[in-house]
Amino acid sequence: MQSEMENSTTKDHAELSEEFNRDEERVNWHDETLWWIRQKRDKIVHQLPEWEQLREAASQIKLNVLSDLHNYLQQFEANAIANGVHVHWAADAAEHNQLVHQLLTNAGVTQMVKSKSMLTEECGLNDYLAEHGIEVIDSDLGERIVQLAGEAPSHIVLPCIHKKKEEIGDLFHKYLGTPSNMADPQMLTEAAREHLREIFLTRRAALTGVNFAVAETGEFVVCTNEGNADMGAHLADIHIASMGIEKLIPERKHLGVFLRLLTRSATGQPITTYSSHFKKPRSGVPIHIILVDNGRTVQLGREDFRNSLKCIRCGACMNTCPVYRRSGGHSYHTAVAGPIGSILAPNLDMKKYADLPFASTLCGSCSNVCPVKIDIHEQLYKWRQVIVKAGYAPAGKTAGMQVMSKTLSSPTAYHIAGKAGRWVLKHAPFAVNNKLNPWYKQRDMPEPPSESFGEWYKKNGGKKNEQ
Amino acid sequence: MSSREKILAAVAQNQPAKLQLPDVNLFETGTEGSLENFIKVLSAIGGKAYSINDLSEIDSIITDDIGIRGRVVNLVEGLNLTNAEEIITDTVVHHLHNVEMAVVKASLGVAENGAVWVTEENMNQRVLPFICQHLAVVVHQKDLVPTMHDAYKQIDQMPGYNYGSFIAGPSKTADIEQSLVIGAHGPRSMIVFVLK
Repeated sequence: MQSEMENSTTKDHAELSEEFNRDEERVNWHDETLWWIRQKRDKIVHQLPEWEQLREAASQIKLNVLSDLHNYLQQFEANAIANGVHVHWAADAAEHNQLVHQLLTNAGVTQMVKSKSMLTEECGLNDYLAEHGIEVIDSDLGERIVQLAGEAPSHIVLPCIHKKKEEIGDLFHKYLGTPSNMADPQMLTEAAREHLREIFLTRRAALTGVNFAVAETGEFVVCTNEGNADMGAHLADIHIASMGIEKLIPERKHLGVFLRLLTRSATGQPITTYSSHFKKPRSGVPIHIILVDNGRTVQLGREDFRNSLKCIRCGACMNTCPVYRRSGGHSYHTAVAGPIGSILAPNLDMKKYADLPFASTLCGSCSNVCPVKIDIHEQLYKWRQVIVKAGYAPAGKTAGMQVMSKTLSSPTAYHIAGKAGRWVLKHAPFAVNNKLNPWYKQRDMPEPPSESFGEWYKKNGGKKNEQ
Repeated sequence: MSSREKILAAVAQNQPAKLQLPDVNLFETGTEGSLENFIKVLSAIGGKAYSINDLSEIDSIITDDIGIRGRVVNLVEGLNLTNAEEIITDTVVHHLHNVEMAVVKASLGVAENGAVWVTEENMNQRVLPFICQHLAVVVHQKDLVPTMHDAYKQIDQMPGYNYGSFIAGPSKTADIEQSLVIGAHGPRSMIVFVLK
């Protein structure tokens, strides 16, 4: 795990994509499977005539939340405390991890079961707790699989979408004692069910994420298909729920809007199997909520990028992204991959994630499917400018940009370059179809046109008027 | 300065000028939920619905049609089931792990997504509808609503809850190569009895 993370700081998106692209068959499967999920999303979305109004309402609710967050945070805190829930505040990842550790130590617990929480991935909680002698077992099936493999999730909704069932069979054989070469999803899931049921029944502490927290009532909602968040929380002696401060919504009725949008966008289901509303603790079993900032207030202050905080983590932008589908989640070397991750990560560390806003074709498909109408592709474009100005642009890009800038600013240089390019593609394709040209990787160069538009126009431009 | 004060101060400084909330009440339909849609959607997500005229029809469906054998916990008032426990006497909730079927009441059902709303009051122990191997739910047909907006409108008018969950079908996962598998950690099947 550690070496994995060290690797990720030295390799950028392009290099990591290249690794993923070595297995062409797998890339094609990954691409087609995610596109299939995108199509399921389209199918169910088109059944709702009010879909666009729902997106607009969700966007406006979230914009209201971000504009009045100071008030909503305090309202939520007061109502949660009145409900008998403990509320903690963490300024950054380190404080969040320390708080969780402290709560577990106070409860005398050394083993914890955790349901999906991208925030704890962002904070590196599992590694931190492991260093402090606390064992964490992820209970979402996909997360358990990547945990056994010593990897991070590659997709926020489908954590092990990059893995083939045979590899999962090998992992289960090694760690769970299933027969070798067992690769049937039904049988593997059954084995995981038995394994994790034992975990649920024996772990005294459970941590869950939070999908939505309601300021008006102090309750929070956790959505799963597997039922793992509930199994963990209802069998433990202490329930810790970690949430980013942007997860708030004003009133309970707003859940109607978000629960209709979330799973339709994510997987094409009408709703998750379980949408559980935690308001008051069970008798004698404390609930602790940790409200985490970790850069969110900084993003709130960036006018061009604050809308990224509207995100409800459905993953639709990943499923539709032509780059994500062909480069895989690990190529983004951050907890939240894909288009949304690429506009969130530079806020946390502009230098480390300088490559991510460039990992896009700016086609805009992400913005079109986003259920809360985040202008993702526009923010990607804006981040590029911020990153270049700050001097963090990837080196290859900077050199190319300088040549491009000189060429485009001089008509003579532009015409000569165009002619030269067409000549090279026609007469010496090997000069560009080689390893030195990153564009040629995984692609073929196009057929060159016989003349430029400028040359064509000179020949044909006046003809229409003559007639 | 505590982290709470630090975060709140940063939020106050960085949040933009206040924007208004949209009116979401216009999404409420105020109509009844369609039984036909509810059954159709629930079936599509792996659940099963029975439309019944009387609670007495349930016993034979569970024992004969579905063939449930083993520990059954029935928490539905007015429903008599052969060999079922009607109160939970386990002092430790973990002992519920051998429950074959739990039968609970839902206060409403949602036609657009096949979900039923079950509160702690009706499940006694929160873990019950998750830890059982099979889940059966009874809901009145008059309590079906078309959409989630109507559902929350109804919930507003009901007594408060400590915990509640929308449950839509059996537990499931598609984490392994996107192959749908029913029965992840929770129930392997879900039946909803819609009472006329």
